[in-house]
Amino acid sequence: MEHIELFFKSIFIDNMVFSVFLGMCSYLAVSKKVSTAVGLGAAVIFVLAITVPLNWLLDQYLLQPGALSWLGAEYAEYDLSFLSFIMFIATIATMVQLVEIVVEKFSPSLYNSLGIFLPLIAVNCAILGGSLFMQSREIASLGLATTYGIGSGIGWFLAILAIAAIREKIRYSNVPPALRGLGITFIITGLMAIGFMSFGGMLTGGDEEAPKEEKTVTIKATEDNKEVLANNIKANK
Amino acid sequence: MGLKNNLHNLKEKYKGTKMAPAFNAIHTFLYLPNETTHNGTHIKAADDLKRTMNTVIMAMVPCLIFGMFNAGYQHNVAFGTGSVISGGLFSAEFWSLENLLIGAWKILPILVVSYGVGLLIEFIFAVIKKHEVEEGYLVTGMLVPLIVPVDIPLWMLAVAVAFGVVIGKEVFGGTGMNILNPALTIRAFLFFAYPTWMSGDKVWVEGAVKQDQLIAAGEKLDAISGETILGSLAQNKEAGYDVMDMFFGFIPGSVGETSTLLVLLGGLFLIFSKIGSWRIMLSSVLGALVMGLIFNGVVSSGWITESSKFYGLMSTEFWHHLLIGGFAFGTVFMATDPVTASQTNKGKWIYGFLIGFISILIRVFNPAYPEGVMLAILLMNVFAPTIDHYVVQGNVKQRMKRLKAKTA
Repeated sequence: MEHIELFFKSIFIDNMVFSVFLGMCSYLAVSKKVSTAVGLGAAVIFVLAITVPLNWLLDQYLLQPGALSWLGAEYAEYDLSFLSFIMFIATIATMVQLVEIVVEKFSPSLYNSLGIFLPLIAVNCAILGGSLFMQSREIASLGLATTYGIGSGIGWFLAILAIAAIREKIRYSNVPPALRGLGITFIITGLMAIGFMSFGGMLTGGDEEAPKEEKTVTIKATEDNKEVLANNIKANK
Repeated sequence: MGLKNNLHNLKEKYKGTKMAPAFNAIHTFLYLPNETTHNGTHIKAADDLKRTMNTVIMAMVPCLIFGMFNAGYQHNVAFGTGSVISGGLFSAEFWSLENLLIGAWKILPILVVSYGVGLLIEFIFAVIKKHEVEEGYLVTGMLVPLIVPVDIPLWMLAVAVAFGVVIGKEVFGGTGMNILNPALTIRAFLFFAYPTWMSGDKVWVEGAVKQDQLIAAGEKLDAISGETILGSLAQNKEAGYDVMDMFFGFIPGSVGETSTLLVLLGGLFLIFSKIGSWRIMLSSVLGALVMGLIFNGVVSSGWITESSKFYGLMSTEFWHHLLIGGFAFGTVFMATDPVTASQTNKGKWIYGFLIGFISILIRVFNPAYPEGVMLAILLMNVFAPTIDHYVVQGNVKQRMKRLKAKTA
């Protein structure tokens, strides 16, 4: 049940494109034809499905505060989370290269049809975003991380598929000259996001309460800081 | 052709007199253009955009008039100045002139603002882009008053109409090019920009919001509440209307959506005149019934209990979903919009089915948005080109196969 919920949530509710507007560059650039959009979308699903669980392992056993405790008690206090960006992007780039080599070896036709998009995925922010969201949402297990990766990939795939079909449909529309190309694509994306808003707020029980608590905590913390600061100042005087 | 000849005779008889424009207008409205194409392999039909639009408008007029009566009736019942209907469809408590006047006083300005703002923008764009004014806004302008709450402030409506017409339609090149239904774009804009005016228990009764403000200001009055059936069910409360009320439409709701009976008649008229697609209507109803049955099954097998927040809507009899809220209206008048729906026949089945399916899904699972049908149609508008693409590709593949079999 947990898996199913996370799966649908990552496809529709937290859609990479329509709710957080990630991966826009390739989404806008490669959505002129449905066939290429499908190729890129499939590649994104594939890479997300591999990198998110990999990065979950890295996060769990290397980067989190206290993650290194498996090495021994003296390492338990290390916090390497400042390294997550560089570690994640390195994993992604390596994985993309590996995938490229494997695909080229075993399926040259797929390799040719994907062309430049496969290496481009390494710099697609939806991929890095997937790993970072996995980290910040504290996804609990390797299985859930895999589900999340596949789900976000499918969400991105659906988005690029839909906009490619729409762009093919409006190819002969009389769009005002100033808006042709990217302009109208942005407007379409916004309108599509309205359509996707139908799922907003679904399956989220009590999500609205959480941020408020955090706020009060931070305010308290700053007040404490003030007191500490004031005490320090007094002591210095 | 009796009516046409009579009208023509009348037109000739009164030619040059004061009455002539009236007959001319009726004649134009009903019978022009009466020319078909002459040359080439075109489809020969006299239906142009104006004729199509007029047919849809005719199908909606009963809903509008009923909406006026209903607005007045809901007002009078809520404020205690009128009594609840007693005698079925033709009760005198409902069809009173007083009700009509209250409703018309409220709804005609909405209609005027909707047409005024929309047509103004159409004219401006026509002048700038140097083309004829298109009739595309006629139906949208009629749809908009029917799908908003009766108490909507007019300036909000004007802003939303401007947004819907410019961003929803004109930037794509005008009538026939848009990807989302403009009327629904307008409603979605209102819904997300001014949620307090589009949902809740105050906006559906004329004057209830004002009453609320007076109470807040310290006056001693009774708060007026007119919750829609969907709204009550989402809060696990009994709605207190029986099935016949739902079917005839004596319930609170957006102006024109309440009467399933009249929507049904309008739908039959559209199918009869071959303007609305029966495939979309039928498959959408099927989709809603399937989803409703699934939810009923979930309830009867005991997977969720009465304490669940989804219980109220999940346990609703599956066919009641067709009668309450805007489902019937959306399915008949907006899902069938020929521009934004799927164009292929197979695609229409898929498109309609998913609309019905998703709208009930949103209704049940998303308590914040009880009106699922609007969002379901918008979502499927987004995916309609994709569905079409794959249906067409499928056909291409099949023909290739047939060709190969033939030549081999």
